[in-house]
Amino acid sequence: MTAPGNVAGVQKLTGLFRKQIFIPIAALLVLIIFNLIADPSFFEITYAQNSAGEPVLSGYLITILDNASELAILAIGMTLVTAASGGQDISVGAAIAISGSVVLRVLCGDNPRPEEMQASILTAFLISCLVSMLFGAFNGTLVAYFNIQPMIATLILYTAGRSIAAWINNNRLPIISDPAFGYFGTFMPGIPVPTPIFIAIICMIITALVLKFTTLGLYTQAVGINPNSAKLNGINPSLIKFITYVIMGLCVAVAGFIKVTRFSTINYSVVALDIEMDAILAVALGGNALSGGKFSMASSILGAYVIQFLTTTLFKFNVSSSALPAYKAVVVIVLVVLSAPTVREKAGKVWRSIRSAKAGKEAA
Amino acid sequence: MKKVLFSLLVLILSVTAVFASGAAEAGAEDDGGLIRVGIINNDPNESGYRTANDADLKRVFNEENGYDASFFYSLRNDEQIAAAQTFVQDEVDYLLLSAAGTAGWDSVLQDAQNAGIYVILFDRTVDADPSLYVAEVVSDTNLQGQTAVDWLASQNLDEYNIIHIQGVMGSSAQIGRTGALNEMVANNDNWNLVTQQTAEWNAETAQQIVQSVIDAGTPFNVIYAENDDMARGAVAALDRANISHGVDGDVIIMGFDCNKWALEELLAGRWNYDGQANPFQADTIDGIIRNLENGIEPESKTIYLVEQGFDAATITQEDVDKYGI
Repeated sequence: MTAPGNVAGVQKLTGLFRKQIFIPIAALLVLIIFNLIADPSFFEITYAQNSAGEPVLSGYLITILDNASELAILAIGMTLVTAASGGQDISVGAAIAISGSVVLRVLCGDNPRPEEMQASILTAFLISCLVSMLFGAFNGTLVAYFNIQPMIATLILYTAGRSIAAWINNNRLPIISDPAFGYFGTFMPGIPVPTPIFIAIICMIITALVLKFTTLGLYTQAVGINPNSAKLNGINPSLIKFITYVIMGLCVAVAGFIKVTRFSTINYSVVALDIEMDAILAVALGGNALSGGKFSMASSILGAYVIQFLTTTLFKFNVSSSALPAYKAVVVIVLVVLSAPTVREKAGKVWRSIRSAKAGKEAA
Repeated sequence: MKKVLFSLLVLILSVTAVFASGAAEAGAEDDGGLIRVGIINNDPNESGYRTANDADLKRVFNEENGYDASFFYSLRNDEQIAAAQTFVQDEVDYLLLSAAGTAGWDSVLQDAQNAGIYVILFDRTVDADPSLYVAEVVSDTNLQGQTAVDWLASQNLDEYNIIHIQGVMGSSAQIGRTGALNEMVANNDNWNLVTQQTAEWNAETAQQIVQSVIDAGTPFNVIYAENDDMARGAVAALDRANISHGVDGDVIIMGFDCNKWALEELLAGRWNYDGQANPFQADTIDGIIRNLENGIEPESKTIYLVEQGFDAATITQEDVDKYGI
């Protein structure tokens, strides 16, 4: 006989296994344990001063949290887009180049090396939000109202985006010398935690509030699961899809703003290169079906941090340049296969049959 | 009535024909003094290097200098080949080519040769028989790497602990700039690679690589970055950790490409060395064309551009203005 408490415990455990967030948490735990065994100093955080004399925290964990910020923010938008339209936005990297370029254009005016900024940083940021949302609306219109496959619709901006970004600044590479601009991508004076971490947290809080207090999440899932029945229930599927792409645009603007403030400049051809693939990967790692429908926002965001954790770990272990993509690919394949909904279902079945076999034995 | 209309139509047609042929003749006369060149290049947005390269070509190949130049830009090889075919059909005098990819150029270059068009390759070479082109004006990336490594060796450090940040693996710039350093490290016991990673020309990835070395606490005294952006990323990581760099600093910073802002960093003493990748090829090409017009073939097929390395100790404002791209 099994004690009742034990049964409840096992059930709780299986519940956790079957929860979507289990996969990114497990992946994170594996990475943490691996690093703990290999070199515990991985988790050291030191408090020191940077060359400007400001206090800063540093260490691998800070690096991970700092550099995953853009990806985490993009994962928010990508999750919604995926859930609603059953496809992915692959124009994210190019759109970041555009939004970053807009920020610099507004701040620099016609002079690529201004002594002082031509507008306030807030104005520049808001204008870039507007532009990014317009491009998001463009993608959204193609997907929602013209019923074009998301990957094809966003391919347009994916191809043209970086040229548009370069054109916005007349092909020049502006550099902003005012240190205040760099605060957003590095450190606020006197605050030892990198600013992008705060920006990411703010975005997450806003997302959590929106999902909790509006019907956006519910409607998005309804549209993703079955647009026709959603329509019969009074939801406008096209509008919901459209809105998710506009939100993606907003996420892109925030991520683009962090990207340009990190170095106070931009390089159109390499900024945020291939970041769309990492954002899609974050959604997949979170166990979300890439064909749309139900989603877990927390899992996607956690997925983003797993990806950065992996990247930083590979840097730490000095994996040679030519082998780096191969290592990453192997880990990614394992994680994605494990987090695929079908595999989880199968695993659940196997687990249940083992349990019932065990229970049968014990009963006998 | 019909007859009148018909004769009117004939009149209009004949007048148009006369004007059209007149226009064509006038066009031919205009061309008389000008040398017609078709220029196929990569997209000027690709990088600061390409922007400077394109601007330099436009500075030289224009009507003031006796050229009738047409430009075509693409990062795609097939589009470039199609454009080359068009230029051959248009019977330009010279075809200048910076190929996006090395393969597939044989037949169109053969067509050009049959049509009596001189082909001059610039910046990038192609996999084709050298008899199909008269000259190639290119960078010697191996020499760029060697110049940089020789400069580093001349610093006479007791020990070289190098963070080597590579470009996109397999690109000619990466292969050339990596080769010389690898050889030096293999042959000298006091030269060590602390880490050798690719940041794929990306400043942010470079920052993460250097940050990783700093977090691990491994000592280093040289950062060898294969372009300026990655050197900038590396420096950001050093600044964050309060590690001094540049002239009189603890860490030597080396970059490539000679962006204007990078040379300014050199001038300010925050970096130590920047190697040139010379985008100014137009004057050399111009010289080759002038000689060919006078019947003089270039002495050798491959013409390397002069490329230097700048040292923070000797760089001047004039260098920044002249060589910065």
